[in-house]
Amino acid sequence: MGSDRGCAVDSLASMPITRDEVAHLARLARLALSEQELDHFAGQLDVIIASVARVQEVAAEGIPPTTHALPISNVYRDDVLTDCLGTRAALDQAPAAEQDRFRVPRILDED
Amino acid sequence: MASTELTRMTAAELAAAIASGETSAVDVTQAHLNRIEAVDSSVHAFLHVAPEAALAAAEAVDARRAAGEPLGPLAGVPLVLKDLFTTTDMPTTCGSRILEGWRPPYDATITTRLRRAGIVILGKTNMDEFAMGSSTENSAFGPSHNPWDLSRVPGGSSGGSSAAVTAFQAPLGLGTDTGGSIRQPAAVCGIVGTKPTYGGSSRYGVVAFASSLDTPGPLARNVLDTALLHEVISGHDPCDSTSIDAPVPPVVAAARQADVSGMRVGVVTELGGEGYQPGVLGRFTEAVELLESLGAKVTEVSCPHFSYALPAYYLIAPSECSSNLARFDGMRYGLRVGDDGTRSAEEVMSLTRDAGFGAEVKRRIMLGTYALSSGYYDAYYGKAQQVRTLIARDFDAAFEQVDVLVSPTTPTTAFPIGERADDPLAMYLADLCTIPSDLSGNAAISVPCGLAPEDGLPVGLQIMAPVLADDRLYRVGASVEAALDQRRGHPLLDDAKGLKGEGEVGGK
Repeated sequence: MGSDRGCAVDSLASMPITRDEVAHLARLARLALSEQELDHFAGQLDVIIASVARVQEVAAEGIPPTTHALPISNVYRDDVLTDCLGTRAALDQAPAAEQDRFRVPRILDED
Repeated sequence: MASTELTRMTAAELAAAIASGETSAVDVTQAHLNRIEAVDSSVHAFLHVAPEAALAAAEAVDARRAAGEPLGPLAGVPLVLKDLFTTTDMPTTCGSRILEGWRPPYDATITTRLRRAGIVILGKTNMDEFAMGSSTENSAFGPSHNPWDLSRVPGGSSGGSSAAVTAFQAPLGLGTDTGGSIRQPAAVCGIVGTKPTYGGSSRYGVVAFASSLDTPGPLARNVLDTALLHEVISGHDPCDSTSIDAPVPPVVAAARQADVSGMRVGVVTELGGEGYQPGVLGRFTEAVELLESLGAKVTEVSCPHFSYALPAYYLIAPSECSSNLARFDGMRYGLRVGDDGTRSAEEVMSLTRDAGFGAEVKRRIMLGTYALSSGYYDAYYGKAQQVRTLIARDFDAAFEQVDVLVSPTTPTTAFPIGERADDPLAMYLADLCTIPSDLSGNAAISVPCGLAPEDGLPVGLQIMAPVLADDRLYRVGASVEAALDQRRGHPLLDDAKGLKGEGEVGGK
């Protein structure tokens, strides 16, 4: 498995990122990019990704991943009642509010 | 005491003068507000100045003193807060249009601790949007300027705080360090900045960029003031699940000790050489020789995986950022664009995020989205996490041989505003030497070590210590600072000429 993965990694590193892929990433990330932004970012992301792909040169067979700077496990505390934000404070900075709730645009299509 | 004199004093001196009644917290605060008024149109360190709140906080300290209450070691001393610490009485924008004018409903733990310590918050400082950048040029509200040379960057992302402290607008500043965002601005401004051990300072109420890396920390004009602030903000916080439940390292005692005799100092082979400005390397080499002359045992130590820290960081940090910044959806707070009654929530969200985020934030969100995509995850994010392990192992091996590691803080001095603004890879190089400590979580500081002869701009010496050995940074830093100040005969900032003629910033 190790050598197969090595191959896949090599081919990935040299694969350029296309404008269509950047448009797809923008959709996934909920960014309504303009055509000019897409042109601009496509070139830049390609250069950045080619550069960061250097991590694949490192022989890391059998090396565990580090997700966090320090080893941490779950932290527990007693379940104690404390004050929480009231309705007024929670809605104070809302872009739109109605009937003591956040008003949001429609979530479902009409049909 | 004269207003100029008050803005020139150290935080420790100000606190002593307030405690003894030689001056008042209100006078100290007013002097700094005057200074801000005089120079901030040139420096643009602030996104928000809060004269009324600051004077009220100062009056409270004076009243407590008059009542004979005991005051903390920094009571009445003014401070500036990077604009990502939440504050109920001031806006918190993170340098972004998406949070323009936002008033958080709660204070960050660090904000609360500052208030309890009687520290006077003067206002909120400029930053690269959501802390992504090394120059403040990614702020939606325009860049800050380096008080040494107003045409150059003050570093970033905590560049508003570094500029304000350098321009004598405040003796103390707070920043956050994710890839170098405290140490790099401190270095290019000729001041001191510490990234504490990850988890040593609370992230509760600090708007998140990359949660496994973000570390709040102090900036000041000298090592002792930095240590005093480090102590005030540190310690366990039950509201942050990654906060360390252990005693705060004795940083203030170490700063007062200022003695490196017998300490083992390792020079990192990989952080120097090609790509580094000659004047930076020259001052760094002199600082190492100085340490040797002060009694430290200096050796060279190799950390072979450090050269992969930068690419690993630019996979890990954007991945975490793409996840953290998903919360900015225009629904509960912040900007909302295009809500015309016909568009769906998803369309409004996409329009809001396109309008509210700047270019660098968008680049990093997309880069993170890419690195976390199925099919690419193993090759990019997974591999970067393995590199992170290898870097932490390099540190572990190094700290078996030496007590601290040293390197230049940045490869170059402050660069001109605009030079790297649309060249992301060139900008990323500014954090070459600082990133390894963020990835491994250990403590690190930048202390000024002179001026580069070719441009007359400050150079930073980075000192790195093991996890929870933050005190060693201050022992070494204070020792270097004292020896250099004695050799020079005056504080480094006296040589800053950028604001000459505007109430003389440093220049005599």
